[in-house]
Amino acid sequence: MSKTLKSVAIVGAVAASLAAHTTTATAQSKEKCFGISLAGQNDCAAGPGTTCAGTSTVDYQGNAWTLVDAGTCTEIELPAMADGTERVGSLEELNRDLPS
Amino acid sequence: MISQDRFHAGLLNPEVAIPEGLSDGQNRPAGRRYGVYRNNVTVSLRDALAEGFPSIVSLIGRENFDHVARAYLRQSPPTSPLMMHYGAELPAFIGGLEQLKHLPYLADVARIDVAMRQSYHAADSTGIDPTALQALDEETLLQTRFTFAPSMILLRSQWPAGSIWHYTLRGGDKPQGTAEDTLILRAEFDPEPVVLGAGAAEVLMALQNGTPFGTALDAAPETFDLGTLLSTLLTHHAIIDLT
Amino acid sequence: MPDATQSFPHLPSAPGVGYKAQHFIDILNDPGPVGWLEIHAENYMGDGGRPLAQLRVLADRFPISVHGVGLSIGGETRLDPDHLARLKHLVGWLNPASFSEHLAWSTHDSHFLNDLLPLPYTDATLTRVADHIDEVQEVLGRKMLLENPSSYLAFDESTYSETDFLRELVRRTGCGLLLDVNNVFVSATNLDYSPHGYIDAYPLEAVGEIHLGGHDEDQDDHGAPLLIDSHGREVVDPVWALLDDTLAKSGPKPVLVEWDTDVPDWPVLAQEARRADTALTRVLA
Repeated sequence: MSKTLKSVAIVGAVAASLAAHTTTATAQSKEKCFGISLAGQNDCAAGPGTTCAGTSTVDYQGNAWTLVDAGTCTEIELPAMADGTERVGSLEELNRDLPS
Repeated sequence: MISQDRFHAGLLNPEVAIPEGLSDGQNRPAGRRYGVYRNNVTVSLRDALAEGFPSIVSLIGRENFDHVARAYLRQSPPTSPLMMHYGAELPAFIGGLEQLKHLPYLADVARIDVAMRQSYHAADSTGIDPTALQALDEETLLQTRFTFAPSMILLRSQWPAGSIWHYTLRGGDKPQGTAEDTLILRAEFDPEPVVLGAGAAEVLMALQNGTPFGTALDAAPETFDLGTLLSTLLTHHAIIDLT
Repeated sequence: MPDATQSFPHLPSAPGVGYKAQHFIDILNDPGPVGWLEIHAENYMGDGGRPLAQLRVLADRFPISVHGVGLSIGGETRLDPDHLARLKHLVGWLNPASFSEHLAWSTHDSHFLNDLLPLPYTDATLTRVADHIDEVQEVLGRKMLLENPSSYLAFDESTYSETDFLRELVRRTGCGLLLDVNNVFVSATNLDYSPHGYIDAYPLEAVGEIHLGGHDEDQDDHGAPLLIDSHGREVVDPVWALLDDTLAKSGPKPVLVEWDTDVPDWPVLAQEARRADTALTRVLA
């Protein structure tokens, strides 16, 4: 079977298998469409909103900074990439990976 | 007279002196009262960036992120009151920071956070009924052009950016050292980053450019899995028109 | 495309709350005494998605107050025509019961600073702010309410009291006022004047809405109290007392509780609304 003919067959099969249970957004329940509480979820895609409140947190100074060892990047180790450099995601390794 | 130019000058720059002519209401200099506005601006923008980049906060920790955010917001304060879009240039800024040079994937993971927000606020659309595809005869199908949902966003990376995003925010598997393409899809109201298989991005880019389906498939390598891509697109209502 | 149209011509003289997305289901299921909701205009200027979908549902049930935080009405430069157009679009399709903004500036040199920055009360600023209010009311085709700010400092150059400044703006533009009694308490404490004296001097006849919110306590360089309008906790007793004083003079008004940072679960916010309801009931009795 040629590539395109095979593709046509795949399209037909996928469309047929989904036709029965693919619904449009408007057919979903109100709870599902609107009711998901995003509070406390750490990957809410809404992003920031506006504010008309002030803050008593002090944080307008400070310039130079160095990384502290924190976050999940310390757990990620990736093998060498295109340039052949060993990339290690640990903050411990910071200096080794920096151009001198 | 204190112009807004002068009042503004010290808000994002702690080196600038507090403007004269401001008091505590009893003829004493304003002092740290001006600092309240400095904090309001800095902290509100810092917190806005933290909300907008959950994966970066998780990857490098909040303390490190706050340093990155403070440096960024001084250089690139918002240019619009639509805070939902603030930080679009942060990925590039992260990519240029010496302190983060050893985490070269970070900028691309940040791009996923930006795209997730764009998708979340993108215009609503209705996906096609899959039977519309099924109904086309072979010749018509190969000539068909696809229109995609405004909430669908394709991101290409030489890093496993999508897997890193899932690992740090959703407890996904540890990322492997492969290049990855990620497709943001929003079936209803919640966008989702889907890591694509080989060749899918090339086909999608061709389709997004208005290339007919048959021609777009010519760009695909043998390992490309059309069935998986198609069912992903259809179940996420990402195809909204066929012409 | 958004197609809801509000059929509520006015905000009721009842408690309202600043709407937060995490309270959506709770508000629909159990609003308690809450009779209306306030949204920040800028958060509903996206192209689509959940924010607008939620707003369409809420607008069917509750009168909505659109509260802008990004227009920079006190700015020295002209109002951003793009932002004004976005506002006109939102107010156009939603047709809210009220639109309000702040006596403040937030944009400079095309930079949006995400804070409500203070103005000197002079003839020059009076003219400028009045012109901007005229422009907003003309573009939107409706009367707007203007809110008094929380002040942390004073300008030596000011020649008007805040209450005289607001009174003159109302006279020149025909706008209404949003009286934030927490802001009054914060400013009066910070600048050492009587909050009740402020209410006595305030043009209460122009008030279309009242705000309440929580504040933080800090100190200035001299150890004097410096209150910060943080909207992150319960309204304090002296501010409730100031509300009572205000309502006794003004009669019942729409009263809103704002809680914008460290937002609590719905029952806590509903309890604040209940307390506002009690204050309103007392005036009616």
